[in-house]
Amino acid sequence: MITVIDYDTGNTRNVKNALDFLGVENQLTSKPTDILNSDGLILPGVGAFKKAVDALNERKLVPVIQQAANQGIPILGICLGMQLLFDKSYEFGESDGLGLIDGEVVPIPDNLGVKVPHMGWDKNISVKADPLADGFDGQFSYFVHSYYVKTAEKNILSFVDYGVKIPSIVRRRNVIGFQFHPEKSG
Amino acid sequence: MLAKRIIPCLDVDHGRVKKGVNFINLKDVGDPAEIAAAYQKQGADELVFLDITATNEKRKAIIETIEKVASRVFMPLTVGGGIHSVDDMQSLLKAGADKTAVNSAAVSNPALITAGAEKFGSQCVVLAIDAKWNAASQQYDVYANGGRKQTPLNAIEWAKRGVELGAGELLVTSMDKDGTKSGYDIDLYRKLTEAVNVPVIASGGCGQLQDFAEVFDQGNVDGALAASVFHFGELTIEDVKADLRKAGVAVR
Repeated sequence: MITVIDYDTGNTRNVKNALDFLGVENQLTSKPTDILNSDGLILPGVGAFKKAVDALNERKLVPVIQQAANQGIPILGICLGMQLLFDKSYEFGESDGLGLIDGEVVPIPDNLGVKVPHMGWDKNISVKADPLADGFDGQFSYFVHSYYVKTAEKNILSFVDYGVKIPSIVRRRNVIGFQFHPEKSG
Repeated sequence: MLAKRIIPCLDVDHGRVKKGVNFINLKDVGDPAEIAAAYQKQGADELVFLDITATNEKRKAIIETIEKVASRVFMPLTVGGGIHSVDDMQSLLKAGADKTAVNSAAVSNPALITAGAEKFGSQCVVLAIDAKWNAASQQYDVYANGGRKQTPLNAIEWAKRGVELGAGELLVTSMDKDGTKSGYDIDLYRKLTEAVNVPVIASGGCGQLQDFAEVFDQGNVDGALAASVFHFGELTIEDVKADLRKAGVAVR
């Protein structure tokens, strides 16, 4: 059973639609026992970092997700959900994330001749062989974000070139992040 | 390298695509989900739905349409037409839309842009602008109410203000070019893209293959929207992308 973590963020329905379309057994819930008994977790996310952290805290989900990660349950964060996996973000002031991967979330520089937000289809370039990321090498995925993750190279499986190197797939053990929207990259 | 986006636009009335769509192999020519799926297959990068329903059932109909489309078509969906409040935005985003486009309501209530951006993020708020060249004042005027009402706003200034207020993208229709099939309004898009640093989608005037390369190259836009050339099969998205590749424009 794949659990899409429900914390009232924008795109949960689209993630669920994609899983339904693929015939993957899934549920949308914020119940700790359901989350901790899942075969895999998806943490979606759209909008601002701080609001999302507040929404997770209101539902007391931060320690639950951290425990799931420690138990070895595969966790996939999508877009803002990926950014939430890191230590902290500077979007609208500084706020702490889940701290599952070392790194922080910073604004995409807007003085590099690129437009912000980074919105549209961009090409993934693999930097590390991993069965999770290999299929995305050279493929376009749909991105929409104004902040990006700064993290150690060892955590980066692939990136896109947007004036800066924006990590598009990150991984630390069972914790995985996609900066793009797989559910919108059909 | 970010790809330039090709975006078919569908006018939806009471849950049916209104303007004729007659490209090949569709079982049900007026069904939005069916048409959206066909465009996905052709390689569309995004879809824009313009709700032109004029009755009270308006909201319900477009929400059901978006729910249906989002359950089988997996690409970005933008919805515009008659969005007046943050609640309108929320119900469309919940139904599966990725972005909501505001036009007349933002002109009369610019705070709507900020309210939407604060609640959902700038990427969910597209400012749609209908612009028309004013030869007397030598500027682009903004029109509201589906192009029927001239406003005192200058399109370039309004675009800048909209971005300051929180819009994450601009969808700008040239009323002078719309329906003419004589090419996009390059001058308008050049001025806009010099003025703002968010993505700009060009709309209105597309008639031939080379119009796309021209607006990407010279107008510096990020996406090009078209309706009839795609709906009537005059051009396919594959044709457009092949031509853009030849012209050295990055496409998916």
